[in-house]
Amino acid sequence: MRDATYDVVTIGGGPAGMAAALAARQAGADRVLIIERDRELGGILQQCIHNGFGLRKFKEELTGPGYADRYIEMVGAAGIDVWLDSTVLAAEAGGRITCVGPTTGLATVEAKAVVHSMGCRERTRGAIRIPGSRPAGVFTAGAAQRMVNMEGYLPGRDVVIIGSGDIGLIMARRMTLEGARVRAVFEIMPYSNGLTRNIVQCLEDFGIPLYLSHCVVAVHGHDRVTGVTVAEVDADLHVKPGTEFDLPCDCVLLSVGLIPENELGRAIGVSTDRITSGAVVDQFRQTSKPGFFAAGNVLHVHDLVDLVSNEAEIAGRSAALFAKGVFGEATHERAVIAGEGLRQVVPQRLSTLEKGKNAIRFFFRSKAPMGPSIIALKTEDGIVWDRKLRVVKPSEMIVADIPVNRFAKASHIEFVLTLDEHPEPLEGAVEEEDA
Amino acid sequence: MTSRVQPIQCIGCPVGCGGEVVLDGDRVVEMRGFTCEKGEAYAAEEVVAPKRMVTTTVRVHGGALHFLPVVSDGPVPKEAIFDCVRLLRGIEVTAPIETGRVIVADALGLGVDFKAARAIAVASDGLRPA
Repeated sequence: MRDATYDVVTIGGGPAGMAAALAARQAGADRVLIIERDRELGGILQQCIHNGFGLRKFKEELTGPGYADRYIEMVGAAGIDVWLDSTVLAAEAGGRITCVGPTTGLATVEAKAVVHSMGCRERTRGAIRIPGSRPAGVFTAGAAQRMVNMEGYLPGRDVVIIGSGDIGLIMARRMTLEGARVRAVFEIMPYSNGLTRNIVQCLEDFGIPLYLSHCVVAVHGHDRVTGVTVAEVDADLHVKPGTEFDLPCDCVLLSVGLIPENELGRAIGVSTDRITSGAVVDQFRQTSKPGFFAAGNVLHVHDLVDLVSNEAEIAGRSAALFAKGVFGEATHERAVIAGEGLRQVVPQRLSTLEKGKNAIRFFFRSKAPMGPSIIALKTEDGIVWDRKLRVVKPSEMIVADIPVNRFAKASHIEFVLTLDEHPEPLEGAVEEEDA
Repeated sequence: MTSRVQPIQCIGCPVGCGGEVVLDGDRVVEMRGFTCEKGEAYAAEEVVAPKRMVTTTVRVHGGALHFLPVVSDGPVPKEAIFDCVRLLRGIEVTAPIETGRVIVADALGLGVDFKAARAIAVASDGLRPA
């Protein structure tokens, strides 16, 4: 049994865990450990072989493995310890971590600060309660992605995709390139849940139809799936009688959302956000348990890995300062409210502002798709900051760096998203400032 | 000659600008709605000769993983995507592989190389076989 003591331990060695560990080292933590349950670092990036990663972080377009490779090199050069093939069973308040692996056996680690970076998992058929029989051939899109890109198996040749999340769209293209026929993508909402660029390059490029406001009402087949019945739904998401139709297939892929894999956080009673299913954190990404930080998809599901890395740097740096004992006491606590038009905001609370910090980055998701809109910060003094947005979709996170001087003294902090009555003409470029 | 307006959804980055290109025959006379030079360049090409980056895998012998992800080092004409994937399906490489190694040079004479997107160690060296 191996025992060790570290300043900062990140649980999970995907993009969030690696970026947090690097930032912790840069902020002066001497002993930093990444505990990863897979056979290598990189997390889900290793199966995302498509390009489109790193445009913000590295100013070039990388594949998922390429993005992971950059970070693995930096981790190797930074003097960070890595335990692979190691699954964390518990991370208790106080920092005692128990993990187990085939080569290490049972091991305990004492950590002065812990970063939760466990990522997320896919919602399954059970989560959306699809009726019908339960044959083989029904997979989550990410499981199929791993089979095709890493294990070398094709999960089917005649495919129907349920849900329009990005992984489903990416897999529509990938299965097509591998010779499968992708019949259609069905989305229950009246709008797509994937990035617009993926609708274009993964569906339209290959003539794959996307049916909005459609759901699956039955899965057919005994041993192997033989087809599905789909139907149109109304505004209340109820099936419209008489709109059902059948499609034959030998494979169904589900891309119906992701949920933070936050069991370790919940086990120690970290306060969680009902909407994100991740922890409630302050601007330092500290959870309600002192010394426990969270970043990446275990905190809230992101669209872009670049923003995961970015957020994890905040958590890693904060964890290093906590380990050194120079992290300020949280005294001036304020809630951050996702008001009208917004589904969620991260961070969900603010603690004492850090001296010398000029802006704080907030992440939002809208409740519904909207045209030209304005996102605004309301305090007891009225609207103290706003920004125009050309277009708003729930699937595309809104990122804003907001000057601290606008809300430093406010006690009520609420963000609202409303329609823009006077939108700028098409030429108007809107880009968030980089922190 | 009459001009026509073609809506183009940019795929250059996740901002995903939706813009319009005004064409006179095959000549671009005006573009609106794109917010960066890269987007305008994409739109100008998209209306006449659309191209895409291509990623797929090739088989690895003696490696810690059985498949190596590869990526084109530039965009490929859309109509050549399937031919590139078919070409790569027949390629086999032997570990170790370093990131960026050219796996296929000048694929199908398109002037595009396919490169290793990651490193793969030999089976006994580091990663265990899949």
